[in-house]
Amino acid sequence: MSLLIRNARAIDPASGLDGQRNLLLHNGRIVAIAEASANFSADEEIDASGLWLFPGGIDLSAWLREPGLDHKATLRNETRAAAASGLTTLCYQPEPGANFDTAAQVKLVIDLSQRKAVTNVLVVGNLTQGLKGEQLSNMGSLKKAGCVAVTNGWQPFKSLQTLRRAMEYAATHDLTVFVYPVEHALASGGYMHEGEVSARLGFPAIPSAAETVAVAQTLALASHTGARVHFCRLSTKLSVKLIKQGKESGLDITADVAAHQLFLTEMDVADFNPLCHVMPPLRSSRDQDALREGLKDGTIDAICSDHQPHELDAKLAPFQQTEPGISALETLLPLTLRLVEEGVLDLQTALQKVTSNPARIIGSEAGHIQVGAPADLVLFDPDTLWELDLNRMISDGKNTPFAGWSFNGTVKRTLLAGKSVFSV
Amino acid sequence: MLNAHLSPGPLPSRMQLTADGKLKHFLTIEGLPPLLLEEILDRAEQFVTLPNKQQKKAPLLRGKTVMNLFFENSTRTRVTFEIAAQRLGADVTNLDIRTSSASKGETLLDTVRNLEAMNADMFVVRHEHAGAAHFIARYCAPHISVLNAGDGRHSHPTQAMLDMFTIRQKKGSFQPLKVAIVGDVLHSRVARSQIHALTTLATGEVRVVAPKTLVPAGIEKMGVNVFHKLDEGIADVDVVIMLRLQRERMQTALLPSEREFFKLYGLTEERLQLAKPDAIVMHPGPINRGVEIDSRVADGNQSVILEQVTNGIAVRMAIMAMIMGPQTGGVA
Repeated sequence: MSLLIRNARAIDPASGLDGQRNLLLHNGRIVAIAEASANFSADEEIDASGLWLFPGGIDLSAWLREPGLDHKATLRNETRAAAASGLTTLCYQPEPGANFDTAAQVKLVIDLSQRKAVTNVLVVGNLTQGLKGEQLSNMGSLKKAGCVAVTNGWQPFKSLQTLRRAMEYAATHDLTVFVYPVEHALASGGYMHEGEVSARLGFPAIPSAAETVAVAQTLALASHTGARVHFCRLSTKLSVKLIKQGKESGLDITADVAAHQLFLTEMDVADFNPLCHVMPPLRSSRDQDALREGLKDGTIDAICSDHQPHELDAKLAPFQQTEPGISALETLLPLTLRLVEEGVLDLQTALQKVTSNPARIIGSEAGHIQVGAPADLVLFDPDTLWELDLNRMISDGKNTPFAGWSFNGTVKRTLLAGKSVFSV
Repeated sequence: MLNAHLSPGPLPSRMQLTADGKLKHFLTIEGLPPLLLEEILDRAEQFVTLPNKQQKKAPLLRGKTVMNLFFENSTRTRVTFEIAAQRLGADVTNLDIRTSSASKGETLLDTVRNLEAMNADMFVVRHEHAGAAHFIARYCAPHISVLNAGDGRHSHPTQAMLDMFTIRQKKGSFQPLKVAIVGDVLHSRVARSQIHALTTLATGEVRVVAPKTLVPAGIEKMGVNVFHKLDEGIADVDVVIMLRLQRERMQTALLPSEREFFKLYGLTEERLQLAKPDAIVMHPGPINRGVEIDSRVADGNQSVILEQVTNGIAVRMAIMAMIMGPQTGGVA
């Protein structure tokens, strides 16, 4: 079965390609890329005149909930939401209640996704057993079972010694450690950024130092152990500076930021809006500027969704009693492209942050438009305007503060290994 | 339904006024117009009980039902609300939710839905979490008004208004005044509401005085000057407001000891002399003698602490009457 996409504006951030191309897909891969005049024949053709064609998005951080927490979300609907929003690969983050200690648990998720998911689902395994921060997980078997990285998520380590050993053991198995930098002694009991809004609202707050202390410690351990570390969901200005210094000193580190941190600040919590209850908390506008700058200068490699779908009740309570997190798959690409409109990033760099860079971080061959690469592709109409409507969201979680926001451009078709998994 | 539940709510300050500027809920002082605060103080004057005089009959709320929903213990505050509502002729029901439904796992929303089914007109809410009164105001039936009796460390607006009433009684106008708020500002909803009220009423200078561990970062954005030394902080002020210091602050590494706190921040007769000679001393109560305030000051002739308590009833009557009573004029 072959498919020919004609006359698309092909944009490949990895190679810098941006031009009218015809793409020939066969057996799930890209087999030929040629100027629009080239003459291919295929079983099926798509005329993509006026459309952009770029690699399917890769999200480094999605909490997919099933199995274990499927009252919040299901693999079927979350991956459908992803496909409809231009994403083709999701990295499933472990959490208490849905985590991956053993090869069998990983295989179960892989098996479930093969039956239910319409995008790739890659598993990020536990760094410690039960994410309890005490005993190392079976990283050797987790790697063999297909885990692309290991993490302890939001959960604390019993001691820095455990983190150090876990990093060494992960490095033994050539596994990247995803670190969510937080010093729990400084963060626990807090619900929002410590700053002028928390002072006014009287919220127990989380200082920026809760993150930066952990970044600094982890950098020191990365240097000591030689482990490959990916810093997840940075939120503070000083973190960006520390990561930049770490990179300059030659450490094997990468970093991402959640898309909502680039558009919302502590001010958005001023009305007690539980939809803006996230971890790490929304920070100050100075932090936001630094995060945007970090994306621009390459300190921050990727933008993730940090997708955390919730049932309605999880957000129907006073702020402190609500569960943190945003249902974010459907806004990852729109918000990323908004950075282009706002002049923060050029189009190639913006797409890099959700395609080729995350691919590199998890060692995936996807995220590129090149001959031989998987045909995970998105056809995108840049000339449509739409508004995010909660009632039209596909994710089981409707918990987004971006309802009513307008975005430019819509996904017309999403291909996974050459097969259409979404089209309008 | 989905959109109604999951879209950002209005700011608390916007929710509490009707379209024509009338008080609908009383959740926070923040954002209320100065004229409205003055109207509250003026109305409260009418309800003040004069010594040796029978309490004026003011059955403005006859037929109305006020429910005191206290998710957090407070006998004193609850009783003053109860007396205020009764003097206005309302029926009052007290619900100590800590010992009832909340401990059985019922959500706040379900508790509220059940109570509004019992024909309440007003909920007086105290809750340990900031924003709880705002949450209830947002989700309860439209005919119900919510009066915040303290939410987390956020707001305690009736306390602030009774303090403003006491200050105005003693000092007249706010503009020339220097006011110092001393002590545990970090944990104090009273301090936050006082700051909003004082700045709204254009007080000359508002100071907060405390060690760095008890002052939240960013508080200066609320329009106050921060002092870390008591002697400097109360120099030349007209009003000294002492805050209650809770004992558990020593356990959480915020302070070394009560003794050291009293030495450095406790209000003594000697220290009070640094303030203006006619300065008044206030405290929202309950006071910790020998921790934040010396007995000779608490019981001294500059102290207005007990008058605050008396004024609390009149101010709460005024606010309830403005929300639920007839012929209350709006503020343009």
